[in-house]
Amino acid sequence: MTADAATAAPASPRARAKPELIYRHALVVRLTHWINAASIFALVGSGLNILNAHPALYWGLQGNDYADPLARLPAWPAWITIPSYRDLASARHWHFMFAWILVASGLVYLAWSLVSRHGWRDLRPTLADLRAIPRSILDHARLRHPHGEGAKRYNVLQKFAYLGVIALIAGMAATGLTLSPGVDAAAPWLLDLFGGRQSARTLHFVFASLIVLFVVVHLVEVVLAGPLNEVRSMITGRYAVPPERDAG
Amino acid sequence: MIRVSRRAALGAGIAGSGLALAGCAKIISADKLTQSSAFERVLAYAQVWTRESQRFLLSGGALAREYPASDISAHFRANGTVHPAGEAYAQALAEGFAHWTLQIGGLVARPLALTLAELRALPARTQVTRHDCVEGWSAIGGWTGAPLGLLLRAAGVLPSAKYAVFYCADVLGGEPAKGGAQSPGQYYESLALVDAFHPQTIIAYAMNGRPLEVPHGAPLRLRVERQLGYKHAKYLLQIQLVDSLAGIHGGAGGYWEDRGYDWYAGI
Repeated sequence: MTADAATAAPASPRARAKPELIYRHALVVRLTHWINAASIFALVGSGLNILNAHPALYWGLQGNDYADPLARLPAWPAWITIPSYRDLASARHWHFMFAWILVASGLVYLAWSLVSRHGWRDLRPTLADLRAIPRSILDHARLRHPHGEGAKRYNVLQKFAYLGVIALIAGMAATGLTLSPGVDAAAPWLLDLFGGRQSARTLHFVFASLIVLFVVVHLVEVVLAGPLNEVRSMITGRYAVPPERDAG
Repeated sequence: MIRVSRRAALGAGIAGSGLALAGCAKIISADKLTQSSAFERVLAYAQVWTRESQRFLLSGGALAREYPASDISAHFRANGTVHPAGEAYAQALAEGFAHWTLQIGGLVARPLALTLAELRALPARTQVTRHDCVEGWSAIGGWTGAPLGLLLRAAGVLPSAKYAVFYCADVLGGEPAKGGAQSPGQYYESLALVDAFHPQTIIAYAMNGRPLEVPHGAPLRLRVERQLGYKHAKYLLQIQLVDSLAGIHGGAGGYWEDRGYDWYAGI
């Protein structure tokens, strides 16, 4: 969201026929959004192919066929893995390439958000936001999406979801690096942070599952809020503000 | 309200067909891409970034974490070959490996041939470390052996040498990949000299205080603690110092490397 969104004149009743068009997403946000989306798609698919090589999760320093797993997972089906057939070597190549891309894109987004104050202005939950949490939960439950002025800002649940997914991606990178014996030698504190390599591997899977959950909810919200307008705003940046509802 | 639900239904329809299309496109294109050599070359850049960034991170010669003996796994899983086939190995095993020799040759000033007894008489290093398989599992074991750097200094590595290549006594079958089965082949591995001279890189002859057992590479295996399990070549016969990996088996520097796995296995 940009400053012109905040300073635009409130929609008058007459403007309802022609919805107000605002510039909602900056170029950096749009670019990194799609790079991240493609990367997460490739990372989840290749990650599940990698997981198929040893579909069990453990807690602690070690874990193998002779240890008690936390969970034995089913084999992930061909339609979801990348590539569709069993090929650990190729899946790893996909995974590490898109891990680098996601990390690079994520760092660009974070640096830009800091410098442009996008993070502070658009993502920071305000006191008013916190007070509006129950109201926002109710609105989401009733599938009522903000109109008019309210639609020009992220609502409080949206802010928490976006901040949460940023934290999850950071957690993915940190737990993923802990799986590397080379990185473990250079930064052994990562092992202590996550309680061992196998705990880090389990957390890597849990964080990934939460990111998939975010993506599902995100897509449902896009559909409910008007998919054409929402998708357009993430491509061109232009967003048609849904007109104010009539009272009652 | 009706307007919202109609729009939502339309949107759900569009999104649903979009996802179904994306799913089909994913299966077709991701597999096609995986099998295209051009795309493989693009993905290979990530290996270079990973290797170079880890070389930078590890430039101080950081050691892999060593664990207390109490963390040693009760059962240490063995992967790859668990018992080499063939008459020669069977006979060596029957003799208790009394005549097993490790040859060190190639680009060295003084080629060496060391018996098991001679290796055991050298200064030894014992380390309890975590073994990470490329498949995802880990096990902790205690390893005792001669530091490879000590052997290489004794042999006098020539300045032209860039890699140490490890030849093994076992032939391993492949695994399913890229829609087909891979070919069997002689196991071998290779390391850059910076990893060969690392203090935790040892030629191990004992595991958890006992002579190496057959599934774990008896009588000799490589330990290279900052890399994945497949680098830890078992049933060692020979170490050759070379200036290039081209021309050795598939040319990628190892059995699994010739079958698509990364040569630098730090992740």
